Amino acid sequence: MSLDSTYTRELPLVEGKPTFKDIDNVIILPTETKPTKGWWIAFGISSSALMLGGFCLALTFYYGIGMWGNNQPVGWAFDIINFVFWIGIGHAGTLISAILYLFRQKWRTGIARFAEAMTIFAVMTAGIFPIIHTGRPWLAGYLLPLPNQNGVWVNFSSPLLWDVFAVSTYFTISFLFWGMGLIPDLATMRDRTTSKIKKTIYSVLSLGWTNSNRNWSNYERAYLILAGISTPLVLSVHTIVSFDFAVSVIPGWHTTIFPPYFVAGAIFSGFGMVSTILILVRKVFNMEHIITIGHLEKMNKILLATGMMVGYAYAMEFFIAWYSGNTFEQFVFINRAFGPYAWAYWIMVSCNVIFPQLFWSKKVRTSIPITLILVILVNVGMWFERFVIIVTSLHRDFLPSSWAMYTPTLVDIGLLIGSFGMFFTLLLLFLKVLPLVSISEIKGVMDGAQPTIHPHPHKSNSNGHH
Amino acid sequence: MIKKLIASIKEYDTKDDTTPRSKKLFGLAALYNTPNEIIKAASEVTEKGYEKFDVYTPYPLHGMDDAMGMKSSKVGYVSFTLGITGMLLSLLMIWWMSSVNYPNIIGGKPFFSLPPAIPITFEGTILFTGIATVLGMLILFNQLPKINSPLNDTDFMKNVSSDKYGIVIRTEDNKFQEAEVKKLFLSEGAYDIQEIYFRESNLTTKTPLFDKKFIGAIIGTGILTAAITYLTLNYVLYSVVPFDWMWEQARIDSQSKSSFFQNKAGMRPPVNGTVARGFIPYEFKGMPDSSVKLLSNPLAVSKKTLERGQDRYNIYCSPCHGYFGDGDGRLKGQFPKPPSLHTEKSLKWEDGNFYHVITNGQNVMPSYAEQVKVDDRWAIIHYIRTLQRSKNATDEDMGKAK
Repeated sequence: MSLDSTYTRELPLVEGKPTFKDIDNVIILPTETKPTKGWWIAFGISSSALMLGGFCLALTFYYGIGMWGNNQPVGWAFDIINFVFWIGIGHAGTLISAILYLFRQKWRTGIARFAEAMTIFAVMTAGIFPIIHTGRPWLAGYLLPLPNQNGVWVNFSSPLLWDVFAVSTYFTISFLFWGMGLIPDLATMRDRTTSKIKKTIYSVLSLGWTNSNRNWSNYERAYLILAGISTPLVLSVHTIVSFDFAVSVIPGWHTTIFPPYFVAGAIFSGFGMVSTILILVRKVFNMEHIITIGHLEKMNKILLATGMMVGYAYAMEFFIAWYSGNTFEQFVFINRAFGPYAWAYWIMVSCNVIFPQLFWSKKVRTSIPITLILVILVNVGMWFERFVIIVTSLHRDFLPSSWAMYTPTLVDIGLLIGSFGMFFTLLLLFLKVLPLVSISEIKGVMDGAQPTIHPHPHKSNSNGHH
Repeated sequence: MIKKLIASIKEYDTKDDTTPRSKKLFGLAALYNTPNEIIKAASEVTEKGYEKFDVYTPYPLHGMDDAMGMKSSKVGYVSFTLGITGMLLSLLMIWWMSSVNYPNIIGGKPFFSLPPAIPITFEGTILFTGIATVLGMLILFNQLPKINSPLNDTDFMKNVSSDKYGIVIRTEDNKFQEAEVKKLFLSEGAYDIQEIYFRESNLTTKTPLFDKKFIGAIIGTGILTAAITYLTLNYVLYSVVPFDWMWEQARIDSQSKSSFFQNKAGMRPPVNGTVARGFIPYEFKGMPDSSVKLLSNPLAVSKKTLERGQDRYNIYCSPCHGYFGDGDGRLKGQFPKPPSLHTEKSLKWEDGNFYHVITNGQNVMPSYAEQVKVDDRWAIIHYIRTLQRSKNATDEDMGKAK
């Protein structure tokens, strides 16, 4: 958007000097053509996974959460792991659309729309888990402070309630951000299409946007404000998610490092997911000149940085366990690294900290196959991070007499697969229905898109809008 | 059938039925090829003193606000105001719900304190700010949604939403002169100038808001929505039992059927001869008073006992027997006159005889066992003795009374 072009000279953000018409064509093409065979195969797989998840959900509703592996002392397991995992995935989208915008990172324009859509779908997927985790999802209305016949209200000092507010606000704001960004693009699509039905739909969705500069002026200010409020919002969401754990007294959870540790982990996992999908999407939709190697390299740098933050948090947890002199805390961490779930711990450490170190090399950062492997490993590692935090802390707490092992059931695994199914089904539909790169934003950062002359401000003779 | 339907949809989809525009000019539009040209043109138009004009670009151009002499956008004021409102409302909600409307002690903590209220207050602030920013920008500042703008659906709009830069000076501008505006546009390098005409719907003074069908649809939808919402909320909030999982149990309610027992009754009668606690039957029931001499008054005489006796006597006995036991009660004439309590027979009676008559009844007098408790009966008997003694007081008694 209004990014100053006088900053340091960089590689062109869009390669090959396409015209604006070319940009329109490439970006809108997927929405105008029939799905390809590849799309149908991908959609078939993801919707099958979704149906499997739906079946497991039905089993859970009918028989209750006894279908899951959760049992004392491991009362939280796949349900909360998946919740935290998917919420974390969403964070990259807001980081790209809001925080990188505030930092004037122009390269974000190529991937922002897609990442925002990913945020929305990830939060939708995540939102299912805390609700089914209560065991009586039909009573979910009691999560909100609604008047009811008991006359009681929710407990405002519970982190679980903060979570309800944080996640629902996060979804609403992300959705507004995304929807607002779509308005000018929908106007472009409206003016381009020859179909009357499509035109009506696009006209309604674009609200009659006219590309007027008086409108752009307000639009850009609103965009800036949204970016400004989304930044603290995204930091607050995973902070509050981490409070769900940190406010309890379980050794391994009760630590002050959790908020920053969770936020860094969320961004790390989110970028992993963005990269994984973008690498495939740019190839499938011929957008290699819009989503360039440069984009992937920059994302790999962020992965390297956040991966090391996460690594620092792993190390610091061990240090504090030793430094605090608290034997329970010490036991939990030794048990994590060398106990019965050590395999999960070492998967986490190697995928999140050790393998991403390869990104120090420019050759690795700019190699697409290696990047793809590494970012998939990041996804795996971050899922296991939540597994390690939740299961290993719970399965051996203060009382050795109540120690037990946790094993997921088939329904647990089905729900995990189903969550991926839901996410990818929504994403695939999005890719075929809406432009996956912001057309108006990408045009604005192309070479020669901005004027080289800067007029002196006129004395104001109109008040900004008519 | 389906093929026909698809064909008719396709026909509708591709049919060109753009309604012709009116003859009234909305404004003159010029198209430019490069950002520099449009910036210069906008500067020039502003300098010439035109006010009712706007520039149309596929993406925001830097410096255009300056070229058009615009002040910076005021969206922020709406965001700020609503953000502060959201913050205060969230705080107010938490404070009112947790410490005024239903103060609930949780973990011995204060009903309201600031630190645990901060996360939700923060989220409320962000939520209000975000919604206010987007809706305020669209509705208040940009007057959207407005689908029938004269500019929409024109060749001009098709160009400026893709790769060209346009400027429109509207006829409502005081300085608008068609020839002069055209000259101005051309002098700045416009490659195309178009005349944009109003739609018929822009010119009618009837606002579509007052269309009968529209109002009908709005009212209809409103009533339907209100009814559904009312019924649903009413059901959800007041009829659904919230926590009912200890209510539904495998048990037999009183007066209900049970297939388990032979007589199909859910309730079980007690075993023969069972005596419920506190319900020992009166052993001389139905016998003449001669058989009950063994009973003696268990209560000691005290002021309290006598007062209790008087109280009960006045309630239960005096209607027939009279306040002083003379047999001249308030029901005199309606019932056979009861004997006086001061007769020879009564004076000679043991306490047990009185007890038997109160408990069992005698002649037309019914049993008072249901109305008067055992201890109260004995208290009444003490009071009767007092009445008897007062009617036959000796000199010695008189001396004591002094």
